[in-house]
Amino acid sequence: MRMTAVRLSAVYFLLFAICAVVLVVYVTGTASSIVEEQSRRAISEELSDLEQVYQQSGIIGLVRTIDRRSRQPGASLYLVTDPAGRILAGNVASLQAGVLDDRGQTPDAFSYERYADETGERYHLAIAEVVALRNGMRVLVGRDQSEQMRFRGVVQSALILALALMGVAALIAWFFVGRSALKRLDGVTASSARILSGDLSERLPVTGAGDEFDRLSENLNTLLARVSLLQVGLQEVSDNIAHDLRTPLTRLRTRAEAALAAPPDAGEAREVLDQMIADCDQMIRTFDALLMISRVEAGSDRAMKSEIDLAAIVADVVDLYEPLAEDASAELILDAPPKLVVFASRELIAQALSNLIDNALKYAAAPDRKTNVRVTLSEAGGIWRLSVGDDGPGIPADMRERVLERFYRLDKSRSMPGSGLGLSLVQAIARIHGGRLLLEDAGPGLSVCLEIPKEEGRTGDRDDG
Amino acid sequence: MTAAASATLPTESMRILIIEDDREAASYLVKALKEAGHVADHAGDGEEGLHAAETRDYDVIIVDRMLPRLDGLSVIARLRENGRRTPVLILSALGQVDDRVKGLRAGGDDYLSKPFAISELLARIEVLGRRRGTKDVETSYRVGDLELDRLSHEVRRAGKPIILQPREFRLLEYLMKHANQVVTRTMLLENVWDYHFDPQTNVIDVHISRLRSKIERDFATPILHTVRGAGYIMRAEE
Repeated sequence: MRMTAVRLSAVYFLLFAICAVVLVVYVTGTASSIVEEQSRRAISEELSDLEQVYQQSGIIGLVRTIDRRSRQPGASLYLVTDPAGRILAGNVASLQAGVLDDRGQTPDAFSYERYADETGERYHLAIAEVVALRNGMRVLVGRDQSEQMRFRGVVQSALILALALMGVAALIAWFFVGRSALKRLDGVTASSARILSGDLSERLPVTGAGDEFDRLSENLNTLLARVSLLQVGLQEVSDNIAHDLRTPLTRLRTRAEAALAAPPDAGEAREVLDQMIADCDQMIRTFDALLMISRVEAGSDRAMKSEIDLAAIVADVVDLYEPLAEDASAELILDAPPKLVVFASRELIAQALSNLIDNALKYAAAPDRKTNVRVTLSEAGGIWRLSVGDDGPGIPADMRERVLERFYRLDKSRSMPGSGLGLSLVQAIARIHGGRLLLEDAGPGLSVCLEIPKEEGRTGDRDDG
Repeated sequence: MTAAASATLPTESMRILIIEDDREAASYLVKALKEAGHVADHAGDGEEGLHAAETRDYDVIIVDRMLPRLDGLSVIARLRENGRRTPVLILSALGQVDDRVKGLRAGGDDYLSKPFAISELLARIEVLGRRRGTKDVETSYRVGDLELDRLSHEVRRAGKPIILQPREFRLLEYLMKHANQVVTRTMLLENVWDYHFDPQTNVIDVHISRLRSKIERDFATPILHTVRGAGYIMRAEE
């Protein structure tokens, strides 16, 4: 991580530096070529001016004009030589060799020495244009380039200064930004170390800045919350198993012991064995239900989902329970559309509905009166609802949350057969379909409702082979 | 209700291979199968089991899902690869629906999750061992004076038509297809309703008693018998 911060700073610094240098070189290059262009044009104009003078008043007039101009402050460079190259007039003391050999504009800047130099420097740089007169004499007019060179120098030193400043700024930025990021990561590392060592109540620090670090921490915290919820659930389940399986196990043991102690009687022994098998079956059911809940909650049955006609399944399960309802002097009333295709697990939905109808028949029906159990399937706003309502005694509002807990059974139902896991299983099934289980007052009676989004899970993995 | 438990033994004996690594469970199974009149061999791991299954002819093979050296599903897959069509019953401590689907997809013919009632196992083996017959292509079944026509969906007893609901018809169809064999409640829920979960209350019994009232009420002899601790059997009284 530390290395990453340094590397990032270095890369940014290099990129900025390269951009800055390229920009400066481009701007100064363009600027100096514009200035040079202007100088050359001025030189050409002056030359044609002097040519006119020469034509009007001959060599004498030309030399005189050049002399006069040479003395003006900030004058251009002037030089007149005879065909042999000796200097006849002008303000140039000496020239770089070869400048006068070619006619026309000098391709590059050349160095020269000047008379009466105010700056104190002996050599200067200049550009010039040379013309040859008819008699072989040469005339040179030029412009000094010192000013431009100085401009270039200033820009260069400014560039170096700017690069140095940027380097320092990059270092400072790395020091503060990088270090504070590292510090927060260290905080996260320390927290996760504590969590790893077993303290699941610990959470990762969230500064409230709402940045990437906070979002990461928040997500990890949500994950932790889910994990500890599962852990608490597991704890509860193992406690409940310990409690709820001890009871039938104890009963089983007592029965076996009592049978052993009693005088041998084949008929009685058979009866005891029958009862013991019934006890075992009940325990197996409890185990199966627990296993089912944990597997459904872990989402391992996800692969079973497919496109199913919910209306057909509901009709099917109602048909399965209809004779049982009749025996319990209850009427199963089905209220469903003719067809409702959803993406869900046929087996799990059927099991959930079966549990709900079973509960309704068990707890709402009474032999002395007729009970109505209404199974309703509907769809609205992308959510389908499957509810089982009865007109029995119902469950008091303050107890409704509790009956969803595993093994929880209302006192008056303790005598009924059942594992106390039915509704927990239905709730797990609702959850794996991305929905929820609601307990509502049917006034009178209880209405238990599965609410599940229609599109849930369609994009998920369908089949793991 | 007629007590017919004593007459539920198979009329013909089958040769059965048990591939199961739990020695105690296996010896109990062998004993139970022998008592039911079958011949049973035992193999203690997957490779031994595969070898036995390929060298002898068995009517049914019982395979535990988790086995040392070669797991149960691989044993089945190899058998099927080698062209052996022997019916296989998978036993497994994994009882969830997707486990069942995986087992059947691997080539198993039936799936029973542990722990199970021995009567359930025996009933399923009977059905598996005899399903190589031609029952599936028959267009009508007959048990005593009860007739069922699979094409016209008509049911008659002693020539007298009996009106059944569609589900009752399918229930009777399954029972008659496996006439003289014990059919358990779970088998009925699986094959007639196609559900594999365990309903908390025994819903099947109520369906059976309704069906029974329709096919027995006006007749002197019972034909659909309850086998205590196991299930039901369709059989004409001699």
